Amino acid sequence: MTADLDQPVLEVRDLAKSYGDRRVLSDIALSLWPGEVLAIVGESGSGKTTLLRCIDGQIAPDDGEILFHSRSQGVVDLATLSESQRRRVIGNDLGYVHQNPRDGLRLDLSAGANIGEPLLQAGLRHYGRIRQIAGEWLAKVEIDASRIDEPPLRFSGGMQQRLQIARNLVTEPRLVLMDEPTGGLDVSVQARLLDLLRRLVADLDLAVILVTHDLGVARLLADRLMVMQAGRIIETGLTDQVLDDPHQPYTQLLVSSVLQL
Amino acid sequence: MTDSVQQSGLPALETRDLAKSFTLHARDHLSFAVLSDIDLAVHAGECVVLDGPSGAGKSTLLRTLYGNYRADRGAILVRQDGEAVDLVRATPRQILAVRRRTLGYISQFLRVIPRVPTIDIVAEPLLALGVGREAARHRAAEFLERLALPHRFWELPPATFSGGEQQRVNIARGLIAGHPILLVDEPTASLDAVNRATVVDLLQEARQAGKAILAICHEEATRAALATRFFPVPLKAQAA
Repeated sequence: MTADLDQPVLEVRDLAKSYGDRRVLSDIALSLWPGEVLAIVGESGSGKTTLLRCIDGQIAPDDGEILFHSRSQGVVDLATLSESQRRRVIGNDLGYVHQNPRDGLRLDLSAGANIGEPLLQAGLRHYGRIRQIAGEWLAKVEIDASRIDEPPLRFSGGMQQRLQIARNLVTEPRLVLMDEPTGGLDVSVQARLLDLLRRLVADLDLAVILVTHDLGVARLLADRLMVMQAGRIIETGLTDQVLDDPHQPYTQLLVSSVLQL
Repeated sequence: MTDSVQQSGLPALETRDLAKSFTLHARDHLSFAVLSDIDLAVHAGECVVLDGPSGAGKSTLLRTLYGNYRADRGAILVRQDGEAVDLVRATPRQILAVRRRTLGYISQFLRVIPRVPTIDIVAEPLLALGVGREAARHRAAEFLERLALPHRFWELPPATFSGGEQQRVNIARGLIAGHPILLVDEPTASLDAVNRATVVDLLQEARQAGKAILAICHEEATRAALATRFFPVPLKAQAA
């Protein structure tokens, strides 16, 4: 593990994607190391979510490399793998937290089974042990363990999002992609979720790419910030650099549009 | 690490031909040159106080040295493990490593993560260095005690504290990791005489222990007590 810290967990090079004549991603390059949180900000349609989906394999890029450092096979180019190869190589090394928790949860399963299922897929067979770990994770994401057998639809939006996070983190992924994880939640619920995410990221030394349009969320969680506009990365740096000394016209507009950071 | 810096006689922090300007794109791309040709060296055991009128760019210089503002040109050389890291050319990861281990910054105002208890805010830089939670909190308590922050405040987030209380939290957080280089912006501005004396003592002790300190300080008595040398930051004609 120590040697791995000197190698990026993810390296994206020259990534491009078009829909017909419309370029949605151009010249995307980024690197991410273990324990780093990178926030991607930009307006709707700037390509943030498309980039995240390319990395996650939901969308095939037209061009470029997505080099991922997997536990089992070392560095692999995700852009060239088929779905079945991908599943075998990555296993549980990569997580994806959807903005809408219902997209990332199995609504037909109980809360406990939502956490247990990835463990089962990872090869854990002992039912009692799986249930025990699920209970521990419910506690970690501040859900009362007595609700382990309830379906997620009985939970509030904030609880569902915390459950989705537990389902993603239970297998200790190397990299977690998060698409607006606090979007659509009340401000007070958002604050609690942010505190939780901040703690989990630090405790598990996770690498995270976080797509958000909320600069406050980026300030709170991210070491580094990338600003996207029209499918390109227009500015990048440490979060405090980009927010306190924005260089590009669009970044300046973005920062000046927020009341206080 | 500090020993080797002293032995080699090389500065802990050095700038060469450093320049910083700001361009406001929404104001017809108006450009301000705030700093240019800054050649500065701070050695271990020195406290250099910046000299210059309000608006000359003293705080901008400190923020640029910390890598918070991005320099236009020049070099910022920080000694770490006997090597000079140039923060103008360093990667974000390298800057974070320098901030974690070598370069501390005590800003004028406390800006912290909301909802986190004061003692954890102070302990955090030690946790980032790998110190265990209990040991880090213990050390944080020592600093808060020394800075006379009442015990009943320690488990509260500092959002509702007075200016002087927040400043003491900020100073405790800034000093706890024992960074070899400290950038300090108005450390005593909102403190009463007793607390001011404590902060001056803490900074003196740090300097005598071999830290290199670069400070902004307007108050005459504190300047006289802290400074081993002054460095002029002249007011520039603000058009580029």
